[in-house]
Amino acid sequence: MIRTPLRPLARVLEARAKGENPDAIERENLRLRHEEMRDRARSRAEGRLLVLGVLFVCAFTMVGARMGLLAASEPSEPRASAAGAEIEALRADIVDRQGRVLATNLETYSLYAQPPQMIDPEHAATELARIFPDLDRDRLIQDFTGTRKFLWIKRRLSPEQRQAVHDIGDPGLLFGPRDMRLYPNGRLAAHVLGGAGFGREGVHAAEVIGVAGVERQFDEQLRDPARASKPLELSLDLTIQAATEEVLLGGMRLLNAKGAAAVLMDVHTGEVISIASLPDFDPNDRPAPPTQGRPDDSPLFNRVVQGVYELGSTFKIFTVAQALELGMVTPDTIINTKSPMTWGRHRISDFRNYGPELTVSKVIEKSSNVGTARIAIEIGAERQRDFLGQLGLLETTKFEMVEARGGRPLLPPRWSELSTMTISYGHGISATPLHLAAAYATMVNGGTRVEPTLLKQDGPQFGARVISEKTSEQLRRMLRLTVSQGTASFGEVPGYAVGGKTGSADKPRIDGRGYETDKVLATFAATFPAHDPKYVLIVTLDEAVETSGSEPRRTAGWTAVPVAAEVIRRVAPLLGLRPEIEPAELTGITLTSN
Amino acid sequence: MTEMVYGSVPVRNAEPVLPKWWRTIDRWSMSCILMLFGIGLLLGFAASPPLASKNGLAPFHYVERQAMFGGLALAAMFLTSMMSPLLVRRLAVIGFLVAFISLIGLPFFGTDFGKGAMRWYSLGFASVQPSEFLKPGFIVVAAWMLAAGQEINGPPGRLWSLMLAAAIVLLLAFQPDFGQAALILFGWGVMYFVAGAPMVLLVAIAGLVVLGGTFAYENSEHFARRIDGFLTPEVDPRTQLGYATNAIQEGGFFGVGVGGGEVKWSLPDAHTDFIIAVAAEEYGLILVLCIIALYASVVVRSLLRLMRERDPFIRLAGTGLACMFGVQALINMGVAVRLLPAKGMTLPFVSYGGSSLIAGGIAVGMLLAFTRTRPQGEIGDILRGRIR
Repeated sequence: MIRTPLRPLARVLEARAKGENPDAIERENLRLRHEEMRDRARSRAEGRLLVLGVLFVCAFTMVGARMGLLAASEPSEPRASAAGAEIEALRADIVDRQGRVLATNLETYSLYAQPPQMIDPEHAATELARIFPDLDRDRLIQDFTGTRKFLWIKRRLSPEQRQAVHDIGDPGLLFGPRDMRLYPNGRLAAHVLGGAGFGREGVHAAEVIGVAGVERQFDEQLRDPARASKPLELSLDLTIQAATEEVLLGGMRLLNAKGAAAVLMDVHTGEVISIASLPDFDPNDRPAPPTQGRPDDSPLFNRVVQGVYELGSTFKIFTVAQALELGMVTPDTIINTKSPMTWGRHRISDFRNYGPELTVSKVIEKSSNVGTARIAIEIGAERQRDFLGQLGLLETTKFEMVEARGGRPLLPPRWSELSTMTISYGHGISATPLHLAAAYATMVNGGTRVEPTLLKQDGPQFGARVISEKTSEQLRRMLRLTVSQGTASFGEVPGYAVGGKTGSADKPRIDGRGYETDKVLATFAATFPAHDPKYVLIVTLDEAVETSGSEPRRTAGWTAVPVAAEVIRRVAPLLGLRPEIEPAELTGITLTSN
Repeated sequence: MTEMVYGSVPVRNAEPVLPKWWRTIDRWSMSCILMLFGIGLLLGFAASPPLASKNGLAPFHYVERQAMFGGLALAAMFLTSMMSPLLVRRLAVIGFLVAFISLIGLPFFGTDFGKGAMRWYSLGFASVQPSEFLKPGFIVVAAWMLAAGQEINGPPGRLWSLMLAAAIVLLLAFQPDFGQAALILFGWGVMYFVAGAPMVLLVAIAGLVVLGGTFAYENSEHFARRIDGFLTPEVDPRTQLGYATNAIQEGGFFGVGVGGGEVKWSLPDAHTDFIIAVAAEEYGLILVLCIIALYASVVVRSLLRLMRERDPFIRLAGTGLACMFGVQALINMGVAVRLLPAKGMTLPFVSYGGSSLIAGGIAVGMLLAFTRTRPQGEIGDILRGRIR
């Protein structure tokens, strides 16, 4: 490679030798180098400019080709479908055990506005205010003429409203489809269903999410697109639910109760056939949670599942059951029932004095606190707690409603001997009516543990054995006797052999100091038919009072029992139970068989 | 001697201005520009009446304004194209300084017209966007620096021009106006490329872009979704893009007929950013292809003429101006056909807009001035045996 020197040193030296100015030579050299460099740069730039030119031609051709392709294609109304952005609006139906619809979806429309596209905002606002009286015209005009590009006006429209808005004819008023959750039966089974609201909202769809009850409990399953065609089958029976609620509401009104609850449960399968809590609400228009007052007075409160109460004498059957199971007593064992009974500083007395002694069976029939307490002392705290634990009375139920987790039983901080005695007749321990129903099912179904469930089952549950078949049989007889000749005599329903146990518990004072004197939570735990129990019914009335007599009567025998009897009278035929009427005297007829 | 003492009729040994201009100007490019301007007016008749009626003005209010500003722009273009490159450079440097200072002053004296970006000075009868005037000025200044940097014992022009570009990009990004910032950066890049960017650097940059893009696509969900959303064939019909696409499809090859278009009623930017959609709907693919051909011929002709240019400054400045002109048109049309993600960019000389029209006129005037035929010492080539 031949290197060209930057400076022509030879010529410079020569010029210096001659005495000439070498600057001219230097300048000449610089000019030449410059020329050469420019030539090089220009030839390189030529190539690069050509590249640029070709690139531009390519780019313009591409745009032109794309234009041609677009122009050649048919115009279509494309739908937006950015990946992963669509909102799943499908939600499975909820049906009862016979397949009747409890919750379904209704396609409605929402109304929104795009003010930039509005032609006559004032007219639109005036018309909208006329169609929807709750909208304010001035406010709408302000919204429509401001800088907003988008606003919701109404979340749901009826078809008539939609047509009326359509008739305004403003292109800035637009409709978006909305799947609305509809409960066609209104208030029926409101607490079970809970309600649904809108989650993520878009113009084309909105997510429907459950806010309470089974809608919340099974939210994911209901929203699962793979299962959208398969409805959620509940154990409820719509007809029986309706009858239960109707009778309960009548009873509650008649007896001036401030609340009422009922639960009907299959003793073998654990299926809850009907479950009612009053006051209730309409899940189509679920009220907001209360901001004042006691939450358990709110219509949203589910007394069966969430309400934890001292259920009183209904607990006596558990004490007796354990004593029978342990072989300590037989139904005919005589118990000392001298009232009042003193234990340390405390006195336990009966509602009335039933005499100095009663048989175990009579203790249940007459509902003697003293008798039960004496039996409980013999059993002891430890064994009592274990037994109640086996019945599931010490923990929350596994019932399929989110609210069930709130129904945790209240237990004494220290299970002393005094606690043992009060718990034996249902004070000092609080549980939900649902707990009671499950425990009674165990008492009468032959002695196996049953978990209450809201889902339709295929067959009976085979839970752990808690009491023997024989004990269960003896308990059934006692419960039947309580109705036929004891405290629950109003519970007799001809043909259905009702058995049951009353419970009238003084309500604890709100300030926590002792008990109210004239506020009673009346409970009746019934089972029918008593010789082969199929169902357990718990009816609870809050602060009910019966005033037909000379003095107000608040005990369950006067309040909860007649209501429960009416429920059974209405419901038993619907459940497919045949009344067993004693045949009349068959005089003059000879039965033959051939 | 007599003449030296007494003076005489001054001899004009230079050619008269107009004949020389007519002889040396790139008449094809100029005709293209004039035709583009004519098409712009034609489309203005179609696209702007909805906006005028919305603002309560006479239907052709915006067309009249377009014609007025267009006249000014054409005058500026002719005037600029008659200047010598030296004069152009001097005036451009002064103009650049003025525009740069007003760009700095924008946050203090500018208005945003409620659009969220501080880009305009309001002059009452019209608004001025300094960045529009800054672009051609910057190209000339940067070309000057790059060319000076090539001289032996010259200043470090590349570094200076890069720093200047970076400063302007920062200012524009601050407004924010990323479209203009990208244009500035692109203009500088093209000039640097023509001025002789080393090949290694170019390859390295291309590699980095590919690598970085792949990395971002695979690691950033957000970025990936944006790209997927852009690549997805469906588009929400309620967006501007959806309307534009629909308009192009409605138009087909020959259009729905003059005045029959619908898209101008739905698109708020029908007269500026999406004017090509209006053209496609009313006049069909034919007019769109004409427009594309006009832009392409201006750019390609200018580049071809600049290939012969011997002066580095003129070559660089001309390249920058021509490329910026072409790219702006490309981006605008590319967005409408969804080759590019949405970005507001006007179609030079066709879109409505007062200050952008005048700035465009000046820029194109400069380009024409730079692409005029000049003696390029071709005799030297001939002597060296490189005959073209």
